[in-house]
Amino acid sequence: MKKKFKLEDLDCADCAAKMEEAIKKIDGVSDASVNFIMQKMTVEADDARFDAIMDEVVKVCAKVEPDCRILR
Amino acid sequence: MTKKQKQSLIRIIAAFVLFLILLVLDHTGALSGITNRWILMIPYLVPYLIVGWDVLRKAFLNIRHGQVFDENFLMMIATFGAFGVQEYLEAVAVMLFYQVGELFQSYAVGKSRQSITAMMEIAPEYANLEKDGTVEQVDPDDVEIGETIVIRPGERIPLDGVVTEGESFIDTAALTGESVPRKAGVGDALISGCVNGNGVLKMRTTKLYEDSTVAKILELVENASSKKAKMENFITRFAKYYTPIVTIGAVILAIVPPLILMFGYGAGADVWADWIQRACTFLVISCPCALVISVPLGFFGGIGAASKIGVLVKGSNYLEAMAEMTTIVFDKTGTLTKGEFRVSQVIPSSYLEEHAGEWRRIGTADQAQSGEAQAILLELAAYGEAFSTHPIAESIREAYGQPVREALVSDAGETAGHGVSVTVDGRKLLLGNAKLMEQSQIAFEPCRSAGTVVYAAADGVFLGCLVISDTVKEGAAQAVRDMKAVGVRRTVMLTGDRRETAAAVASEIGLDEYHAELLPADKVAQVEKLLTQKGAKDKLAFVGDGINDAPVLTRADIGIAMGSLGSDAAIEAADIVLMDDDVRKIAGIVRISRKTLRIVKQNIVFALGVKILVLLLGALGIASMWAAVFADVGVAVIAILNAMRALKER
Repeated sequence: MKKKFKLEDLDCADCAAKMEEAIKKIDGVSDASVNFIMQKMTVEADDARFDAIMDEVVKVCAKVEPDCRILR
Repeated sequence: MTKKQKQSLIRIIAAFVLFLILLVLDHTGALSGITNRWILMIPYLVPYLIVGWDVLRKAFLNIRHGQVFDENFLMMIATFGAFGVQEYLEAVAVMLFYQVGELFQSYAVGKSRQSITAMMEIAPEYANLEKDGTVEQVDPDDVEIGETIVIRPGERIPLDGVVTEGESFIDTAALTGESVPRKAGVGDALISGCVNGNGVLKMRTTKLYEDSTVAKILELVENASSKKAKMENFITRFAKYYTPIVTIGAVILAIVPPLILMFGYGAGADVWADWIQRACTFLVISCPCALVISVPLGFFGGIGAASKIGVLVKGSNYLEAMAEMTTIVFDKTGTLTKGEFRVSQVIPSSYLEEHAGEWRRIGTADQAQSGEAQAILLELAAYGEAFSTHPIAESIREAYGQPVREALVSDAGETAGHGVSVTVDGRKLLLGNAKLMEQSQIAFEPCRSAGTVVYAAADGVFLGCLVISDTVKEGAAQAVRDMKAVGVRRTVMLTGDRRETAAAVASEIGLDEYHAELLPADKVAQVEKLLTQKGAKDKLAFVGDGINDAPVLTRADIGIAMGSLGSDAAIEAADIVLMDDDVRKIAGIVRISRKTLRIVKQNIVFALGVKILVLLLGALGIASMWAAVFADVGVAVIAILNAMRALKER
């Protein structure tokens, strides 16, 4: 399943790239992209575990950029 | 401003006021009564923490997460360093300045994001769904194919569909940049994303929202920034090495020179303070933010400027390539010409003229009149082209003007690039170009008129020909002149059409060369040949209408297609789409791409130049922390503002 999320307070382009890399490494994520300019994130992951994976994504992003919020 | 930005602004103002008070106290000597330098630090810590607590918080959080070298950590080290060497005012000022820069940077990025997305505000928010006589506002996503929706004056068309009731003018400017509204009445197709004019329309949807034009375009534009230009990739790679190298430089700067000075020259322990301060300036400059933000933002602005004039660019890499485009290859029909065919001449052969009286009209037992040679020829041709969807076939049927009884037509076959063979009312009919006649060994009289010539033969006997002409698009000649003016060296036209027609069109428009009588496969070969003839850095663009030239579109460095409002195949295959099919826009895109590249290069040179300069001065102990903060956030803000110029069309 592929889903789009809006991001809030993503202020640093370098962080966006780091977030993207970190999300891609999560188990079950087949593809991810963080679009700094559009403030959007696309995650493609396993259907069955999607919610669990998204929890993981939120955690990983908080590590990279504590201020950035993912609107789910 | 967002909530976060407002909070940040309040904190900055509060800290700034306190900072000014401290500055005055310091200068008037009011604080000289406090002799212990460490107690003196306390009043300075108040504004420092007000403005900088979140930097410290993030720095600690990130250290816990194992992320050491980020901006926050570096700012913390740098200002702690300043406190350590008892430069209190400087520590507060640097943090203040840094936060002002951060706020401005966040605001500038937000603003530019807004101005870019504003012109892409083509997404419809709702649809008025009509069900059982009542109208209800629903999400466009929830409308099924074949349902009826109502579009009131001034509303955005939410889905693609066909008008079933009403009449109105449609403003397509958001999609095409075209300011003249189009008329729409019953039976006309409506494209989502356009704005309804003064009339109420009812339409039946033909596509789901996700397949509608507006959703497709939004997706393309959003994804455009993920196809990165060479320059963007360079910056990403550069950023990966830049921060560690500068950080290592700072560590070396903090340790090596003091050690040498202490042990080699017998300097006192106080040399450490000076060198640690120099190292701190290094750390502040180590973030590559100015580059990482401003380069993609510049390209995004360029793509935005292009979409303003009705051109979709599907990636920064294509925008970059357009700046180096020196060869442009056009398809003729639908690209340089209108693609509206009219039968201009019907020329029966001398055989048909003589024997017209012996001819039997199709589907009847009636004998034709002797003067009816032209009518006979046209009728035969219309029946022969009964099943073809080619625009030429349509024009012949239109000229015939009567319904074709398809039951009389059988065994229809088509040879691409040649023509059709078909059995009509018992006669074996051949319709097509000269090659088809030669192949079938029919003695025909070649026709020299400019235009597309369709030769006709029945049962092996040549009956004459029809000349179909197409008109050159207004503005095509202007487009070629404009392209020459922006530095395109070679303009080429490829066509399946006859040499005579091609020559007439090429000279009317002012093209450098043309290649005629090409089969679809020949076009690919021609483009490949042209690709080898250009310089290594030069780029070749192919412009086509997307109808059976998809292979050429993909083979060229840049494929430019006519969007002709809603032709999915063209939008899919091409790298750049001209939404209103106006070839004059190509020169505009070259200009936009050059400007974008110029801005991006300026930003790279400026940001790197200032950073390297301040690094050098910092190592020599000349540049202060102030200069370092400027080299970080100040440069980022200036680069962002510069990048926004790319959004302006000219």
